[in-house]
Amino acid sequence: MDRSNIPGKLIAVEGLDGSGKSTQIYLLKRWLELGGYKVFFTEWNSSVLVKKATKKGKKRQLLTPTTFCLIHCTDFADRYERQILPLLRGGYIVLADRYMFTAFARDVTRGCRPEWVKNLYNFAVKPDITFFFNVPLDVAIGRIMSGRPSLKYFEAGMDLGLSNDPAESFRLFQGKIREEYLRMVDEYGFSVIDAALPIEQQQDRVREVVTEKIDLDAYLRRSKK
Amino acid sequence: MSPKGFIGENLPGWRPEELGGKLIVIEGADGSGRSVQIELLKNWLEEDGHGVVNVGLKQSSLVSEELEQAKQGNILGPITLSLFYATDFADQLENKIIPALRAGFIVLADRYVYTLMARDIVRGADPAWLEAIYEIAIRPDIVFYLKVSPQVLVDRNFQKNATLDYWESGMDIPLSRDMFQSFMRYQAMIQKQFKLFQRKYGFEVVNGNRTPKAIAREIRAKCQKILPE
Repeated sequence: MDRSNIPGKLIAVEGLDGSGKSTQIYLLKRWLELGGYKVFFTEWNSSVLVKKATKKGKKRQLLTPTTFCLIHCTDFADRYERQILPLLRGGYIVLADRYMFTAFARDVTRGCRPEWVKNLYNFAVKPDITFFFNVPLDVAIGRIMSGRPSLKYFEAGMDLGLSNDPAESFRLFQGKIREEYLRMVDEYGFSVIDAALPIEQQQDRVREVVTEKIDLDAYLRRSKK
Repeated sequence: MSPKGFIGENLPGWRPEELGGKLIVIEGADGSGRSVQIELLKNWLEEDGHGVVNVGLKQSSLVSEELEQAKQGNILGPITLSLFYATDFADQLENKIIPALRAGFIVLADRYVYTLMARDIVRGADPAWLEAIYEIAIRPDIVFYLKVSPQVLVDRNFQKNATLDYWESGMDIPLSRDMFQSFMRYQAMIQKQFKLFQRKYGFEVVNGNRTPKAIAREIRAKCQKILPE
């Protein structure tokens, strides 16, 4: 894809539920905002119009692996066409809590063909930096299970028929997703962060990588100078 | 009889050899006489003792409402709209078309993936991207394309509604500020795209400028060849 007319930078975070990636991208966002940089934050599965349909599909358990994949890609496309790309074109640093790799990992685990899923997303630019928060399965599951009383049907991967017990299904599902992520580390050049470390140490490492790879001065708001 | 296949690779969870019924597709612009022909064909098939299931675009239980809302507001980008339609199609494919074929029904589709692809291609979408998305579609047993000249289409649309449809006129593409001219150009572009598809996917092109009766006769004769005893 031609990047010459895209002056902005795209930073994505990926990882299992409970890997702490949302905390880390939040801290990164605060650091950049307070430093006076042009930043925009976007989250997976949050396009207003599409989200309504997704919610309905999930609630009524109408989704198959194929429609699950397509509806999330539609949501992504809406945010991509109307926000992510225009902001990148306008010279912003865009922070994405989950990006196409979430779909690659989840939908392939659900049984969609990898090439088919990748083709769906090939309209979108790849991130300049993708942080992968690598956490042992037990740690991620422990964090999720202690914070929430019950797991939702699709969240637990119940549609895969791995187990009738939601907790066991979730564990098996997350384990498979983790394997898919690990397969992508080299292919897409993820920056791997050890998510078992204390929050502060992870954030130090994140900021270090960002400073190394992005000339941040180019993204300062003019009024701040 | 050869087992039914997918246009490309299999959809996860479905085996083509399980699909016994027949898939008949009628393609054509608004005003090409599609709905009349579908009704006539359905009557004829049912009279003959076949079970018939109708499907069309934008009828999924999953996203049809939201899609309609999005079209009214004209607020979605072109890629988003493509994917929204693909979601709608996949939902009907898996929840209506495949189960009906499996149960031995004849599925009558009022437009199919070819219309979805043609619309997006004339709007600048990458054909290879679209084909790779829609490779999950079941390959129809027969596709009729009702070819009607843009002049006749205009007349029929005026007779019916005294107006041209915004989307069928391609008003979302900067073709012309004049709706009539935009309609003529847009329909010509779609026809050109269907001509390419026709070669690639092997459509039956039916001259839709004739009377409904004459068209129905031709469609029946061609359907006869693919129908189960």
